[in-house]
Amino acid sequence: MATLQLKQVTKSFGDTDVIKGVDLEVNDREFVVFVGPSGCGKSTLLRIIAGLESATSGDLVIDGQRINDVGPADRGLAMVFQSYALYPHMTVEDNMGFSLRLAGVGKEARREKVREAARILQLEPLLDRKPKALSGGQRQRVAIGRAIVRNPSIFLFDEPLSNLDAALRVQMRIELARLHEELDATMIYVTHDQIEAMTMADKIVVLQGGVVEQVGSPMELYHHPRNRFVAGFIGSPKMNFLEVSAPDATAEGVEVTLPGGERCRVPVSGERLASGDALELGIRPEHLVLDDAGPLEGVIQVIERLGGQTSLYLKMGDDLITLMADGDVPHRINERVRFGFVPHRAHLFDGQGLALPSLDRHPLAGLRRQDNRAATGVNGA
Amino acid sequence: MFNKTPTTAPATAAMPPGQQALAGQGIGGALLRHKRLWLALLAWTITFVIFFPILWMVLTGFKTEAQAIATPTLFFTPTLESYEAVHARADYLHFAWNSVAVSVGSTLLALLIGIPAAYSMAFLPTQRTKGTLLWMLSTKMLPPVGVLVPIYLIFRDLGMLDTRTGLTVVYTLMNLPIVIWMLYTFFKDLPKDILEAGRMDGASTLQEVCFLLIPLTLPGIASTGLLSVILSWNEAFWSLNLTSSRAAPLTAYIASFSSPEGLFWAKLSAASTMAVAPILIFGWLTQKQMVRGLTFGAVK
Repeated sequence: MATLQLKQVTKSFGDTDVIKGVDLEVNDREFVVFVGPSGCGKSTLLRIIAGLESATSGDLVIDGQRINDVGPADRGLAMVFQSYALYPHMTVEDNMGFSLRLAGVGKEARREKVREAARILQLEPLLDRKPKALSGGQRQRVAIGRAIVRNPSIFLFDEPLSNLDAALRVQMRIELARLHEELDATMIYVTHDQIEAMTMADKIVVLQGGVVEQVGSPMELYHHPRNRFVAGFIGSPKMNFLEVSAPDATAEGVEVTLPGGERCRVPVSGERLASGDALELGIRPEHLVLDDAGPLEGVIQVIERLGGQTSLYLKMGDDLITLMADGDVPHRINERVRFGFVPHRAHLFDGQGLALPSLDRHPLAGLRRQDNRAATGVNGA
Repeated sequence: MFNKTPTTAPATAAMPPGQQALAGQGIGGALLRHKRLWLALLAWTITFVIFFPILWMVLTGFKTEAQAIATPTLFFTPTLESYEAVHARADYLHFAWNSVAVSVGSTLLALLIGIPAAYSMAFLPTQRTKGTLLWMLSTKMLPPVGVLVPIYLIFRDLGMLDTRTGLTVVYTLMNLPIVIWMLYTFFKDLPKDILEAGRMDGASTLQEVCFLLIPLTLPGIASTGLLSVILSWNEAFWSLNLTSSRAAPLTAYIASFSSPEGLFWAKLSAASTMAVAPILIFGWLTQKQMVRGLTFGAVK
């Protein structure tokens, strides 16, 4: 059992407020990802949880106990650093067993625990090597092994994959997900890579400027972003934003005037709008479709062919719109094309950048990674 | 050869094989070789100029007093006369032991104080850290003679004149700024993450320093220590003023051959040679460590 609660946690360095009152609940065995642009305070928040920084105010609670004044080693946490932070003068075995050695665990018991962790991570043949004789991926696994050996109640990961090359990153991502299943532990993971967040998290915490913008499952953030920032940050390529006006807004839907002059009804609640308000329409590139009868028109500036898909960058007035099309669309640069979108996949943001609530919830919005597992289990049986 | 360098083949065909090879590398190669040659020559010249006084001292030590002050000749019959005279007059081992005890003792003491000080400044810096470091270094800009009288009086009252303890304390204070400054730069190069990982693993500050910091910065600590030993060994001002016989190190031993009955160049040279020989050999044996330590951060 390991739950973590943050209550109004703040952190200031001198006059700079880095964390501005964060409330957060991490449930037992949950994989929580902190994501946000650099400088958003996600690493600082993790270091506060680890005990490497102290919170300026607010409470940290693990399993019902306030731990603000408990030292890093006594919180029952283990951390994997971005730089791996292996002890260069020790062998892999000594690296992994260091915490046990400090805790006064006997040599034999230590050896056994280290071997067990090494087995999980397939590090057994490397136990006698020094870190400098290991590859990046191996070092990363040793760093994880060092955390496993401590048998922590919560694992903390600080951008652990950012020093690896792309192929290895994908592989380690899968391995971490597998590890989460195998260890059945609570994990908190910091990254700036939204793909890592989307693929691994049960719950994503989007941070910006020291403030939590939204907390939710990956599908919730994707389908129901709370504001323009989350909408733009989650999803790749980025969501397109178009300035529109709303001549008619009711609780049953909002009618908007698109840049070309055509009108379209978006199924979101316009209760709090006055008619004529300036709004922003957000549509993900994958929800735009080439359509000769579509309401929008643009000129192709750049074409990126990925094989299975093609990214089209379209010039529309002053905006550059990204459209994900089929792999084999025949279009060329400078061609004028018409396109449209599915209204219920569109988002509307008011003048403050807040999303207008959708009238219907996406069926997968509440899905967690654990639910994926349950589903495959049923199918397999 | 012809196949490899077809364009230069006609010109080089008549040259002997060695020159052909040189010409084959082109004008750029030749220029580079010339530059290297001149650089090497310059380096050797500077080295010789620096080394010459030491060479002259060693040579003079093997001359008679008469030869020592005569117009220098290239060849002379070496004699151990001066060494015998020096040996008869003073107990070399007594002075040498004082030198060893004081320089090693003060170095260990400086490291003992310097490591925690540099640790706190490197890993727990405050707004005043930079200022503190500069202030410490600024004490080295004060001419020692400026504080001679107060220190002499304090030492007299504490009964520390002409004691190894007293000299050790002075040398420790003298080298402490350099020791802390050097350790600080070495510690700064150590990734903070490693110590934080140690803290997460349950290391106390002392364990962090002993199990992680010291082993990982050992080359730097060693070169700091070596420099401190050398500086203490060669220090003359304080040793001449604060000691007379009991605690006198080798610098005092040399000085004792300079004044009373006038200058005896040959004996002075013999004594000096014996005084610098140990530290010279020590420096030679540890030079690899010294260079490695002094370039520790640069080549990582």
